[in-house]
Amino acid sequence: MTKLTPVLSAFWDQKDSFTIYGYKRNGGYKALEKALSMAPDDVIKTVKDSGLRGRGGAGFPTGMKWGFIPQGDNKEHYFVVNADESEPGTCKDMPLLLANPHVLIEGIIIGSYAIRANYAFIYIRGEVAHVIRRVQQAIDDAYKAGYLGKNILGKDFDLELVLHVGAGAYICGEETALLDSLEGFRGQPRLRPPFPAIAGLYARPTVVNNVESVASVPSIINNGVEWFASMGTEKSKGYTLYSLSGHVKNPGQFEAPLGITLRELIDLAGGMRSGHTLKFWTPGGSSTPLFTDAHLDTPLDYEGVAAAGSMLGTKALQIFDETVCVVRAVLRWTEFYKHESCGKCTPCREGTWWLVQILQDLESGKGEAKDLDKLLDLCDNIAGRSFCALADGAASPIISSIKYFREEYLDHLRNGGCPFDPARSTLFELAGDAR
Amino acid sequence: MPLTFDDNAVMDSIIQRYPRSRSAIMPLLHLAQAKDGYVTAESIEMIATKLNLESAEVNAVATFYTQYKRKPVGDYHVGVCTNTLCAVMGGDAIFEALKEHLNLDNDEVTSDGKVSIEHIECNAACDYAPVVMVNWEFYDNQTVQSAKELVDAARNGNPPAPTRGPSSLPTWKENSALLAGINDGRAGEGVQAGEATLLGLKIARERGEIK
Repeated sequence: MTKLTPVLSAFWDQKDSFTIYGYKRNGGYKALEKALSMAPDDVIKTVKDSGLRGRGGAGFPTGMKWGFIPQGDNKEHYFVVNADESEPGTCKDMPLLLANPHVLIEGIIIGSYAIRANYAFIYIRGEVAHVIRRVQQAIDDAYKAGYLGKNILGKDFDLELVLHVGAGAYICGEETALLDSLEGFRGQPRLRPPFPAIAGLYARPTVVNNVESVASVPSIINNGVEWFASMGTEKSKGYTLYSLSGHVKNPGQFEAPLGITLRELIDLAGGMRSGHTLKFWTPGGSSTPLFTDAHLDTPLDYEGVAAAGSMLGTKALQIFDETVCVVRAVLRWTEFYKHESCGKCTPCREGTWWLVQILQDLESGKGEAKDLDKLLDLCDNIAGRSFCALADGAASPIISSIKYFREEYLDHLRNGGCPFDPARSTLFELAGDAR
Repeated sequence: MPLTFDDNAVMDSIIQRYPRSRSAIMPLLHLAQAKDGYVTAESIEMIATKLNLESAEVNAVATFYTQYKRKPVGDYHVGVCTNTLCAVMGGDAIFEALKEHLNLDNDEVTSDGKVSIEHIECNAACDYAPVVMVNWEFYDNQTVQSAKELVDAARNGNPPAPTRGPSSLPTWKENSALLAGINDGRAGEGVQAGEATLLGLKIARERGEIK
């Protein structure tokens, strides 16, 4: 049995966990003192040596990203936090910031010191008013306490931190689209190279990190590299937040070492809802290929999930039971990608549109069997052919669902429509519900 | 009333946050919505003037992001998540029920201007599905019944408090000011976390895995 490892969530059950008093009572801002007494390069080395990898989806080593920032270049550097959490199923950063925004701010100050940035931004999605309130108040309180502004903790280090609120565009979670948006443009991805480490915000060297990645830094500074590496697996070190949602008895957040399995997590969530069985799930949001009950024992670390044909992503485990029509689920995700495609690259803009048309036909029983091959062919012409990964994400649920559930697609054609009753999947009873 | 030179002080304070003024477009558009409830042509002109841009450049940004509205919404703007997980768990049924109950289509507002509805994408609260947002505050674990009661109360000007949010529901315009970066001093209200957020921690405590 894997032991849970609450670190970020360790005192979320204290009523004032989100205040500067609550955070300091629980050891907050001690890591900052320690980090500011180290040389910036040593801070980068510590984060590198810890093995911390990006928790926003891609899993790129955080310390290495920091190390890419050219030093002594006489240019401004920027530290930007991606708090645009919008990947379907992903629900870890918003509760983290609601319960404790200061741990992110402490991580930002440490990271900015390490890469020698004097300006930092938190780009937060706009649809989460109370989270925005908490983060803004935390920034204001950190200024008052002398953790932000001029000569932080009496050192020769200044940092301005600005909360930038988005306005409803999934694509802004893509780091270069986020930077364009922050510069005051439509949020559209940039062609890389150059990468943000060389030409990011205002064409200056910029680090873009996910909330959870940055929030993990103070614990590493406080407790050391070996402590962090004592959790997790060989190449996926440390603890992380797993978010279980859907048809389990008790959905929620579980902070565990990397490598825990879905079987263990479903058990912690009290099992599947009564009388139902697992049908399919996403390991890391809707952009990661679907898994089935055959993958219950796949270690949920970067390598384990990749070896089984998907991606760890954001560890957003969306659980669907046998009442759910996979075609309906995939069509809805595809409509999402079509809606959120920024329109810059033709394969994505046009391709997601066609994917929706074909899937609508299939779901309503009007399609043909050869449409499945057309879908796969379209996916092949969309994935990997655009500036960013949105189109790749759109292809993932389609390709994986056809791989595991081809017969269910064909059932729609044989049945002349969807053979499932959507009322059986809802959590509450509906009028005329046959359950 | 749209943004005018009377709003110079607050507009300047927003612009001054950024190393380059153009970055202030988004908060200024939120500020425009705090004044009118939506982005008017006059506010676009004002923002363009303040930032020394063409109005077409501001318009290009305003039309890219779905939270910027081009026509009035209700005092209480209700968003029902109909992305896959919420949809399956009941979001589709809730959205259909609300449309019928209010006799509105997607993106429409009641004739008294109180309530508007919109189907929204994943709002990062999947462990509380099905989720409804009002003025971007969380209403967790909704049912058809609770959502109908919510909109009825909102129409009567007496909406219940959000599940994880301030102790009373701000209006659309009030929360638009918050999104523009104007601290309303209400961060201390409401719970620090919901039950689902705390589940893993609770189990870890029960099993003695944390002090």
